[in-house]
Amino acid sequence: MISQLTGNERVLAALTFLILLCVGVTMAAAGRDDLIGTHGWVIAVSAIAGAVALLRAYDAPEPSPARLSEYYDEPSKVGIILTLVWGVIGMLVGVWIAALLAWPELTIDAAWASFGRLRPVHTSGVIFGFGGNALIATSFHVLQRTTRARLPDQFSPWFVLLGYNLFCVLAASGYLMGITQSKEYAEPEWYADIWLVMVWVVYFSIYIRTLLRRKEPHIYVANWYYMAFILVVALLHIINNLAVPISFGHAKSYSLFSGVQDAMTQWWYGHNAVAFFLTAGFLGMMYYYLPKRAGRPIYSYRTSIISFWGITFMYMWAGSHHLHYTALPHWVQSLGMAFSVVLLVPSWASAGNALLTLNGAWHKVRDDAVLRFMMLAAIFYGLATFEGSFMAIRAVNSLSHYTDWTIGHVHAGALGWVAMITYGSLYALTPWLWKRPALYSAKLVEWHFWLALSGTVVYVFAMWNSGVIQGLMWRTYNDSGTLSYSFVDSLVAMHPYYIARAFGGLLFLAGAVIALYNIVMTIRSPVPVASESATDIPLGLQPATPIAQAGE
Amino acid sequence: MFNFHYRLERNAIGFVLAIIVVASIGGFIEIAPLFTIDDTVEKAPDMRVYTPLEIAGRNIYIREGCYACHSQMIRTLRDEVERYGPYSLAVESKYDHPMLWGSKRTGPDLARVGGKYSNDWMTAHLNNPRDVVPESNMPAYRWLLRNQLETGDLGEHLSALRAVGVPYTDDMIANAPKDAVGQANPDTDLATGVIERYGEKTDVSLFDGNQGSVTEMDALVAYLQVLGHLTDAAHTTPQNEVE
Repeated sequence: MISQLTGNERVLAALTFLILLCVGVTMAAAGRDDLIGTHGWVIAVSAIAGAVALLRAYDAPEPSPARLSEYYDEPSKVGIILTLVWGVIGMLVGVWIAALLAWPELTIDAAWASFGRLRPVHTSGVIFGFGGNALIATSFHVLQRTTRARLPDQFSPWFVLLGYNLFCVLAASGYLMGITQSKEYAEPEWYADIWLVMVWVVYFSIYIRTLLRRKEPHIYVANWYYMAFILVVALLHIINNLAVPISFGHAKSYSLFSGVQDAMTQWWYGHNAVAFFLTAGFLGMMYYYLPKRAGRPIYSYRTSIISFWGITFMYMWAGSHHLHYTALPHWVQSLGMAFSVVLLVPSWASAGNALLTLNGAWHKVRDDAVLRFMMLAAIFYGLATFEGSFMAIRAVNSLSHYTDWTIGHVHAGALGWVAMITYGSLYALTPWLWKRPALYSAKLVEWHFWLALSGTVVYVFAMWNSGVIQGLMWRTYNDSGTLSYSFVDSLVAMHPYYIARAFGGLLFLAGAVIALYNIVMTIRSPVPVASESATDIPLGLQPATPIAQAGE
Repeated sequence: MFNFHYRLERNAIGFVLAIIVVASIGGFIEIAPLFTIDDTVEKAPDMRVYTPLEIAGRNIYIREGCYACHSQMIRTLRDEVERYGPYSLAVESKYDHPMLWGSKRTGPDLARVGGKYSNDWMTAHLNNPRDVVPESNMPAYRWLLRNQLETGDLGEHLSALRAVGVPYTDDMIANAPKDAVGQANPDTDLATGVIERYGEKTDVSLFDGNQGSVTEMDALVAYLQVLGHLTDAAHTTPQNEVE
């Protein structure tokens, strides 16, 4: 990767590592009595490792100007591998903690190995490690193809990808040591949050600089979603993480807001992390890879417009449905419920648009497991958004909230939608990027497909059952007008479902391992000669024949 | 409308601005008024602040991820009020930076768990829940009894909390480490200082059962025992009809 940097970019990289090293050492010194010191060392060692790699290739010849006539895909390639590896790690931890809920004595007597510290490793590992890397890797690829412009430089994509993964490492290692803000899906402490903001600013700058140099007059739908993902996540992240550290030598900080205001801000963040990280970004993915793989244009351009702005506007009101019947003022709860219900319209418009795009390509869905992954993702997207709107209704929420039903709902979205569209897209993308005729094994994709589907179904059904039973047991009265069940009665009733859930997760994890193996073997397979596509290059350098773009 | 969009999607900067404006409206309308409308948070003149030991315990609660399985928010539902006590008021978490309302009950709600069990039960339960509740699937937190509590930086914790709006006095900040030790060691000079600064109702006890040392168990039990007791507002103000 270093030989691809120009002379100036190598200087920039060296400077970045130097600054990181200084920051790391300062943190290590200022926080020598605190856990932040350990993270200082993590940062310093990362900077040194990067600098050593840089110096070893520093004198390599500069890249030839011919590179400018090709898209810059190296960061996407590394991003794909990182996605698959984080996926396996995050899901493995998920299966493990699922097993701990069924058999709490499985673990060892060490703080880092307890459920409470491992759970955010699972959630951050799959959302940020797996999902975030998938978004970064695919966004760079989609951005270049739909604008027909090369990324603006060679340094900033690496800064974003590697910097983002440093954030993920700080997050996960921090949880194990006990560093957390406790805000769900925003657990990393202040210094990691500041670092993520810097990475994010560069990410946005890559996007906008490429868009401004585009050769296509229109910005394609996929990019609307990727841009909404980048911009709104920045807004949410900054506001929800406002906090005062107790000193610069301590990891601990106290959030600026408290009580009811903090709760509303947190769930405004929490729900829109779902909306703009796990929905908008992956819709961007779907809007490019599904039509490409199906060989069909997007069914309706106008539906795309309505659903995009519907999602962007309405999701931001929906967060308060996480706080029904709480101390949050009633008017905010009602607003949240109303918008959550109406949100079904743009959500189903997107899902329908995706499925109707497959009209004329259903025979491919039957034969091609890669496309089938994407089709299934669209179906689960439709199911999960329907369920979400339903659960946001106050009366339903009174039963479902605080129970495993919520967990089931989240996993219908995360496994059924996010992971399925990601695996489908990565399976499509890998042979294109590495210029291989096909994946190493189509049969393994089939295996993965059925493992993923059965794993998701087992998981979601287990959690629906346990959630509804739990909710009903908590509110059941006996004839004399007192509560029928103690809390622990409801816990005992969950046991079989917790086992089933761990089993469903295990099936899904097996699929993730197969995906990693299949893609690595694809990359390691021999390169066929003369596979260069004459059309997969930036515009201005290619033959004059127009090429149909997805969605145009 | 579609013609307008046809032009908008040819303008990258315009599109970026449109996203920012459209996405900002919902949050602004729902969050900003919570700071300005006075009756969002009830008045509770008797509300006291957390002691340094309770703050340390709260930080352990956060560190161990207790909030992932325990809520601290009793909803306005009849069965919840009967199971856990009066529904939670906004004022009760006024000094909670951040709030720990939670989102999942793998275990029961803890908003009013303070005083419901003895210190001995709490310590035994945290050390190994299955010793006292055989069906429990809660992790055993055995290291809490082994780990000495870090008290040296508690003054800095209190000043940071003051910076975000919790009314700690200079006296409280200056004596924070001593007060943490005092609250876990009754019948010592240090314990008297805790009562002076935080009031008669402050629970000064041998939380983990051992005199002398202050463990992380002391802090966590002290925190759990104060839950629901910072103010009596929920018991004294008439509660609205529950559903």
